[in-house]
Amino acid sequence: MSDVTAPTVPETVAPAARRFAEASQWTLIFRRFRRHKLAYASLFVVLGIYLVALLAEFVAPFSPDSYNARFTYGPPQTLKFFGTDAAGETHFMYVNGHRMSFDPVALKRTFVVDEKSVHPVVFFAKGEPYKLLGLIPWDRHLIGPGDPSQPMYLWGADRLGRDVLSRTIHGARISMSIGLVGVAISLFLGLLLGGISGYYGGWIDEVVQRCIDFLKSIPTIPLWMGLAAAVPANLDPLLVYLWIIIILSLIGWTDLARVVRGRFLSLRTEDFVLAARLDGCSRQRVIWRHMVPSFTSHIVASVTLAIPSMILAETALSFLGIGLKEPVVSWGVLLKDAQSILALTTAPWLLAPGAAVVVAVLALNFLGDGIRDAADPYA
Amino acid sequence: MLRYMLRRLVYTLGTLAAVSVVAFLVIQLPPGDFLTSFSAKFAEQGGSLDTDSLTALKLRYGLDQPWYVQYWLWISGILFRGDFGESFEWNKPVSELMWDRFGLTVLLSGITLVVTWLVALPIGIYSAVRRYSWLDYVVTFLGFLGLAIPSFLLALALMYVFSRYFGMSVSGLFSPAYVNAPWSLAKIGDLAMHLWLPVFVLSTHGTAALIRVMRANLIDELYKPYVQTARANGLGEAELLFKYPVRVALNPFISTIGWVLPNLVSGAIVTSVVMSLPTAGPLLLSALLAQDMYLAGSFILMLSVLTVIGTLISDLLLAWLDPRVRYA
Repeated sequence: MSDVTAPTVPETVAPAARRFAEASQWTLIFRRFRRHKLAYASLFVVLGIYLVALLAEFVAPFSPDSYNARFTYGPPQTLKFFGTDAAGETHFMYVNGHRMSFDPVALKRTFVVDEKSVHPVVFFAKGEPYKLLGLIPWDRHLIGPGDPSQPMYLWGADRLGRDVLSRTIHGARISMSIGLVGVAISLFLGLLLGGISGYYGGWIDEVVQRCIDFLKSIPTIPLWMGLAAAVPANLDPLLVYLWIIIILSLIGWTDLARVVRGRFLSLRTEDFVLAARLDGCSRQRVIWRHMVPSFTSHIVASVTLAIPSMILAETALSFLGIGLKEPVVSWGVLLKDAQSILALTTAPWLLAPGAAVVVAVLALNFLGDGIRDAADPYA
Repeated sequence: MLRYMLRRLVYTLGTLAAVSVVAFLVIQLPPGDFLTSFSAKFAEQGGSLDTDSLTALKLRYGLDQPWYVQYWLWISGILFRGDFGESFEWNKPVSELMWDRFGLTVLLSGITLVVTWLVALPIGIYSAVRRYSWLDYVVTFLGFLGLAIPSFLLALALMYVFSRYFGMSVSGLFSPAYVNAPWSLAKIGDLAMHLWLPVFVLSTHGTAALIRVMRANLIDELYKPYVQTARANGLGEAELLFKYPVRVALNPFISTIGWVLPNLVSGAIVTSVVMSLPTAGPLLLSALLAQDMYLAGSFILMLSVLTVIGTLISDLLLAWLDPRVRYA
C-alpha cells in the first residue's frame, strides 16, 4: 500500500500525530520493532550468525577437516593478553602450549598447561588457503596462530584432534541454511495451500484443513526418523541435505498455511477489501495489492519463528545419526560426537556446538516475537 | 454434545486409518523388499534360508501382491489377531518386543504431561497476575531458555554434571539389579527413583511453552469488562480470579494438549536414546538403522495412535468444559 499516494494530513494536526499519519506501514512497523530492545539486539545477533556462516572459511581459524592426531581430545586453551615469550617479545594475544603426558596405568593422555610456552595469536593470520564465497582465493583467517605450524584450540579438540571452534563455525553454514531453505519451501507450500484454502473456502478448505490436522497429529520425530532412514546411505551429501530439508518441510508448511488462511479469512470481510471490490478491482488486484501487503508482516513473523524449529529438528535428526552424516559438518553432526557419556567426561567441550544451537534458536525466537508484536502497527 | 462427540469420533477413525497407511508406507520405503535383506542377514550369520520358508514368508506378507493387498494383510493381522509381524533383527514377533517398551513410553509421557501441567499452571497464573514483577521476568527468561534448549542437549548436560560432580550414573530407568527382575514393589520404587530426571528433562520444553500460553491467555482475560463487573460487585480477588478469568483462560490450555502430546512423544524418543531409557525410542532407532521395518513401522503406528487418541481426549475435554465448542 506504500505506493498509494497518502491523503494529505491537515496542517492543524500535531507534529507527533503527523509523523504517525504520514509514515508508511513498514516505517511504522520498524519504529515499533525498535522499541523492543531484546528483539532489536537479536536482529544483529542473527545477522551476525548468518554472516559468520557465509564467511565461515575466513572466520574459522582452520578448515573443518584439518586434524592433528597428537591433540586428540585436547582441552580448550584460554586466550590470554599481553604475554612475553621465550625470546622476550611481547604479544597482544597468546595461548599457552600444552604439555602432554601419558598415564601408562589408565592408558590415558593428560594435558597440562605449560605457562612458559607462549604462542602468539594474531588477527588476519596466514593459514590454509581457501576460496572466499567459493570465488576469491585467499589464505588469511580472521584469527589464528601467528605460527601456522602451532596448534590453537580455543574450544578444544575432538577425537581426531580437529578444532571444535572451526567445526562449529563451519557447521553454522549447514545448520542455519537448513532453517532458511526449509522455511522457504514450507512458505511456498503454506502460501499456496493456505491461500487456496482461505480464499475459496468450502470443501477445498475442509480438505486442506483435515490434511493439516492429520499431519499435525503424527508425532514428528518418529515420522521424520522413518522417512530419513529411507534416504539411501550412499547418496551424495548434497542430495541427502536436500532430502532432509524436504522431509522437514513436509510438516513445516502446516503452521504457515494456518496463518495465511486465518489472515485471508479475517481480511475477506474487512471494509477496505470490500471498498476495493466495489471500486471494480479485479480479483488478482484485490489479492495482491490490497490483501497481501496487509498481512506480509504477519507472515514474516511466522517465518522467523519457524526457522528455529527447523534448526532444532535437523540437529535432533543428525544427532541420532539418521540426518546428515560426516563428512558434512552441521551442529547436529558435531553433537553426535558428544553422545556417549564416556566421550563427555573426557571432553565436555564437545557440547560447545550445543551452545551455538541455543544462541541461534534464542535469537531467532526473540526476533520473531519482536516482529510479531510489531506486525500490526495500527493496533 | 452427542453429535459433536460422534463427529470427532469419525474424524479420529479417519485419522487413524490415514496414520496406518503412512506407517505402512514407511515400512515400504527402503529400497528392495525386506525379504532380500532378511535372507542377506541370515546368510551373514552363516545359515541360509531354504526356499520353503522363503515362500512361506512371501505368502504370509503377500510380497508378490500389489501394495494394497500387502497393506490389508498387515493391518488386518494387527486389528484382528494383534499380530504386528516379525522382527527380523530379533527373530521374535514384534508384539513381544513392543508392549513392554510401549507401556513405559506411555507411563513416561503421562507423568511428564501431569508434571508439565502442575508446574505450568500456577506459574502461568502468577506471572500473568503479577505482570512485570521480577519473578515474571525470571520465568519469562527461563521459558525462552527452555524452548531453545533441545531436550537431548539438556539430558547430555545433566548426565555430564551428575557423573562429573556427583559420581552418579543417571541413565536407564532401573538399577542393574532390577532390569530383568519381575515387577514388584521394590522395582516400582526403583523406577520412581530413576524416573524424575527424564521427567524433568522432558517437561522443560512443554512447561516453558504452556507457561507462555497460560500467561498470554490470562492477560487477555484479566482486563475484560466482566472482571471489572465482578470486582465492582464486591467479589474477593482470589475467588474472582479462579472463578472467571482462569476458567476462560484454561480453554486454549486444554486444546494445546493436542500438540503438546506429539511434541512430548517426539522429545521422549531422542531423550530416551541419549539416556538409554528402555522406552520406544532406542528400539525404534535401532530398528530403523537395521531396516527392521515391521518393528519400526509398528512403533511409528502405535506412537501415532497414542497421540491421535490423546488429541481426541483433549477435544472431548474441551467440549465438556466449553459449551461454545460443542455448537460451533
